[in-house]
Amino acid sequence: MAKKNNTLKLKFDSSRNLAPAPESKSVAKIAERYELFINGKFEKPSSKKYFDTINPATEEKLSSIAEANNADVNKAVVAARNAYEKGWKKTSPKERAKYIYRIARIIQEKARELAVIETLDGGKPIRESRDFDVPTAANHFFYYAGWADKLEYAFPNRNPQPLGVAGQIIPWNFPLLMAAWKIAPALATGNTVVLKPAETTSLTALKLAEIIQEADLPPGVVNIITGAGATGAALVNHNDINKIAFTGSTDVGKIIQKAIAGTNKKATLELGGKAANIIFDDAPLDQAVEGVINGIFFNQGHVCCAGSRLFVQESVYKIVLQKLKDRMESLILGDPLDKNTDIGAINSKQQLEVINKYLKIGQQEGAEMFQSSCAIPKKGFYCRPTIFTNVAQSNRIAQEEIFGPVLSIQTFRTEDEVIEKANNTPFGLSAGVWTDKGSKIFNMTSKLRAGVIWANTYNKFDPTSPFGGYKESGFGREGGLHGLSAYLKM
Amino acid sequence: MATNSRLEVLKTYKIYIGGQFPRTESGRTYIATNAKGDSLANVCLSSRKDFRDAVGSARGAFGGWSGRAAFNRGQILYRIAEMLEGRKAQFIEELMKQDATKVNAEKEVNLSIERLIYYSGWCDKYQQIFSSVNPVASSHFNFSVLEPMGVVAAIAPQDTSLIGLVSIMAPIIAGGNTCVISASETKPLCAVTFAEVLNSSDLPGGVVNILTGKVAELLPFFADHMDVNATCYSEKDAASIKMIKEKAALNVKRVILYENKKWITVETQSPYFINDFQEVKTTWHPIENIGGGKVGY
Repeated sequence: MAKKNNTLKLKFDSSRNLAPAPESKSVAKIAERYELFINGKFEKPSSKKYFDTINPATEEKLSSIAEANNADVNKAVVAARNAYEKGWKKTSPKERAKYIYRIARIIQEKARELAVIETLDGGKPIRESRDFDVPTAANHFFYYAGWADKLEYAFPNRNPQPLGVAGQIIPWNFPLLMAAWKIAPALATGNTVVLKPAETTSLTALKLAEIIQEADLPPGVVNIITGAGATGAALVNHNDINKIAFTGSTDVGKIIQKAIAGTNKKATLELGGKAANIIFDDAPLDQAVEGVINGIFFNQGHVCCAGSRLFVQESVYKIVLQKLKDRMESLILGDPLDKNTDIGAINSKQQLEVINKYLKIGQQEGAEMFQSSCAIPKKGFYCRPTIFTNVAQSNRIAQEEIFGPVLSIQTFRTEDEVIEKANNTPFGLSAGVWTDKGSKIFNMTSKLRAGVIWANTYNKFDPTSPFGGYKESGFGREGGLHGLSAYLKM
Repeated sequence: MATNSRLEVLKTYKIYIGGQFPRTESGRTYIATNAKGDSLANVCLSSRKDFRDAVGSARGAFGGWSGRAAFNRGQILYRIAEMLEGRKAQFIEELMKQDATKVNAEKEVNLSIERLIYYSGWCDKYQQIFSSVNPVASSHFNFSVLEPMGVVAAIAPQDTSLIGLVSIMAPIIAGGNTCVISASETKPLCAVTFAEVLNSSDLPGGVVNILTGKVAELLPFFADHMDVNATCYSEKDAASIKMIKEKAALNVKRVILYENKKWITVETQSPYFINDFQEVKTTWHPIENIGGGKVGY
């Protein structure tokens, strides 16, 4: 039971029972089976194997996806190499740009379908796929298209040249958006691409392949091959790849960094995080709480830059905790296709097991767990929004990336103390600061060792804004002018 | 021996850690020679523990050095150049002992001084070249700036005694990093003497630490130490490069490789060398947008 305090206890239980408002599935055309997109055509895998992709909200099968083996990977790399040598690197930059603009436009035209498929395949709320994932993906192509014929202005006194064939491996948390983050700058800089989406979320990448076909991009410039870790490993280890771009866990990132050690492959790694979100006592607390909620529960917490460690200044700890719990009670968990849903389905059974493991570990380590009291649908993979209090800095739930809707809360007294605690992690992807005092913001933002700092906001992204980590959160940047250099030799 | 001849006082070549000149904790030395094989000096054969101590010093110095005003870092790099200018003769003599001709020795020392001044000037300028204000579509002020990577472990270019070391060190510290540098194994004399220049240049102890010894012995530690943020290597040896990259994966170290660089030419200096040791940090802040007020003149 919540202790009595001076804030009004809001009652949501009766008033928040909204009528269902599901988005229609009819717009989503999903084929029964998807092949590999190689050299501009959809080709059957030489493995002859297919795997199921399911809707994590209902556990129903959506489609069969081809599994690329070594031979298929090789075919895709050969197609990309031919496309690079014989055409793409000689294509005039302004023509390259026009292809990329086309892709951006078609994504905008098919935004509704892409959003629905993203939600069906990945479990994220339709509100997020509709308002964030898909438009941001289109914008990313639009932004980088414009760079194609302006590269010499980005790097004064240099002569930027493409690297060749880029092998790109992306995660399941923002499937279409991550494909855009990878493909758009690679094409703008004159490289060709072999992209592998995550095995639980292949559909929007394959829809993107259809869009690329429709845009008449020369065959082989973009190849999209599906499969799990073995397919990714084959891509990483292929000896005709010039560049590896990977977004995923720090563990896999380290394996990749090691695997390509004996080669000249360039790499960009965008890895895990355990971001500190810091609330000072002079912060606008309601906004800060809203930011904390968005920071950890956006996309069910499947966000590498999620604000998964909350630090609250002691003097406002009680009130912040109460506000946080109140706000958690108002979150709507359920059908991802419902336009009112805040928290959708966990992406896979496997990930739900990981999260549940950490919930146990947290309690065993002596932290106190609080979950919102919302009902969980009978079918599908769901996890209630969860916070842990009484957390020690050394607890695993405070040190390791959980990648779920789980927040660990600690307190602090002074700026120096919280800087020390926030930086005391091998990660360094992002951080958040909440205070009304400008000079304090700049002290904090300059001392936090992380690549993206949100001050009085959280989880904002834009094609013009470089994103990427310090330390074990990876290297290289995606987005903005700085994202170009990852695909150029100078 | 003539009765009025003066016996030369030989210098003990020590390593440079945390602003001090200890001998290696290992007590080991090796003999530096010239091409003919004449013995030049006993030089410290640094150990893994020396490296560990040096990383500790570099980490300790990082907060202070990266927090200095860019202008102040520029002043200190200029001061290093001044101190080197004053000891030119000593460096020329050491280079000649290590087989350089007088002309080449003078050229190397002059270029080293000029390179320090070049990077001194960049200290408060590179940020404006590489930073950006990013025009995001939402109501936020968003900007990206460079920040130093942290502690850099660098193997100095092995073919030169002075200019290679200076060319690597200057952009690393101009950008606010601290470092541990291993000297040229075969031509170590100038590195130690240069440490004495650094020590009289207002450079805080620990910002630059210089070890002498066997590269093959030290290299694995330079690549796998968990509190090192970046490793820099300038040789062409493929096996060593592979080993560095593999060990770097332990903590996702940045690996900066300079192969085939001729450090004795002016082409090997540019702000891009500073950029090589920088992270990009992006900061967001909302812009209030109430009432739809228009900009007025």
